[in-house]
Amino acid sequence: MSPQDHHHDHDRSELSETELRVRALETILTEKGYVESGALDAIIQAYETKIGPHNGARVVAKAWTDPAFKKALLEDGTKAVGTLGHVSRVGDHLVVVENTSARHNMVVCTLCSCYPWELLGLPPVWYKSSPYRSRAVKDPRGVLADFGVTLPKDTEIRVWDSTAETRFLVLPMRPAGTEGFSEQQLAELVTRDSMIGTGFPKAPGAAS
Amino acid sequence: MDAAARATAEIPGIPRDEGGPVFREPWEAHAFAIALTLNQRGVFTWTEWAAALADEIKRAQAAGDPDTGETYYRHWLATLEKLVAQKGVASMDTLDRYRDAWDHAADRTPHGKPIELKPEDFG
Repeated sequence: MSPQDHHHDHDRSELSETELRVRALETILTEKGYVESGALDAIIQAYETKIGPHNGARVVAKAWTDPAFKKALLEDGTKAVGTLGHVSRVGDHLVVVENTSARHNMVVCTLCSCYPWELLGLPPVWYKSSPYRSRAVKDPRGVLADFGVTLPKDTEIRVWDSTAETRFLVLPMRPAGTEGFSEQQLAELVTRDSMIGTGFPKAPGAAS
Repeated sequence: MDAAARATAEIPGIPRDEGGPVFREPWEAHAFAIALTLNQRGVFTWTEWAAALADEIKRAQAAGDPDTGETYYRHWLATLEKLVAQKGVASMDTLDRYRDAWDHAADRTPHGKPIELKPEDFG
């Protein structure tokens, strides 16, 4: 959904004119057997990192280096992101949740049309899957373990469900050993999963 | 992605980086994937597609399209609809009917719920 197609009507879902036409085509072609259900998703998934401007990493890196921006970001994610000229505008309800040593945040969602792909690109398949959705709420520690993420026992895990009107971006903890890094260098350490809360940023040595 | 690489080689103007096609919005990737699939199913060749797309872009430019690349996939989508109709896969009327049904489905679906098409969406 592009900003100009956004009608600011949060009582209803909404699709842009082009989205409606694409869905019409997909439905007809599937019904007529030209397209197998899931086959399009498989093609599209190959491009999940090629869709949208992927500005989330820049937002995170700026928050790590600029305390005033970080404060503004945590107060009003949408407004703060909007002050970055080079970052495209996101929808109206972006909430940024900060990871600390006391609390780890992770995000789940349904197939909400307002997933913040402007910041994160396309949601990965596992993110949309019902096992992830149901287990993330019931057994977040188990889900994180599947992703290879282990947290200290006394770290609280908070799960944010973006099925309401709000989308969430996790602000991960800045990796150790990155003192003096530029925003650009820091942005390269920020992974998509770290902004969903199912991963950590890369360690500085591991950056390409 | 052999099929995609072939498509990007044969169709001029596809927005891309060194790794292949890039998309500004998710629907653009859907439109790309639909064309790829229909080509593989033999509905049209890439030569046919490139000619139809070029026509569509020429028509849009004549009508004042700024041609900044931002509208590329709008032309792509219009080409898809036209070829699908020409090849007898689905008429423009059918396309309009399904478009309206999705609009109806989107309207009745509360924000945050997945939008699904139901028989009653066809008025």
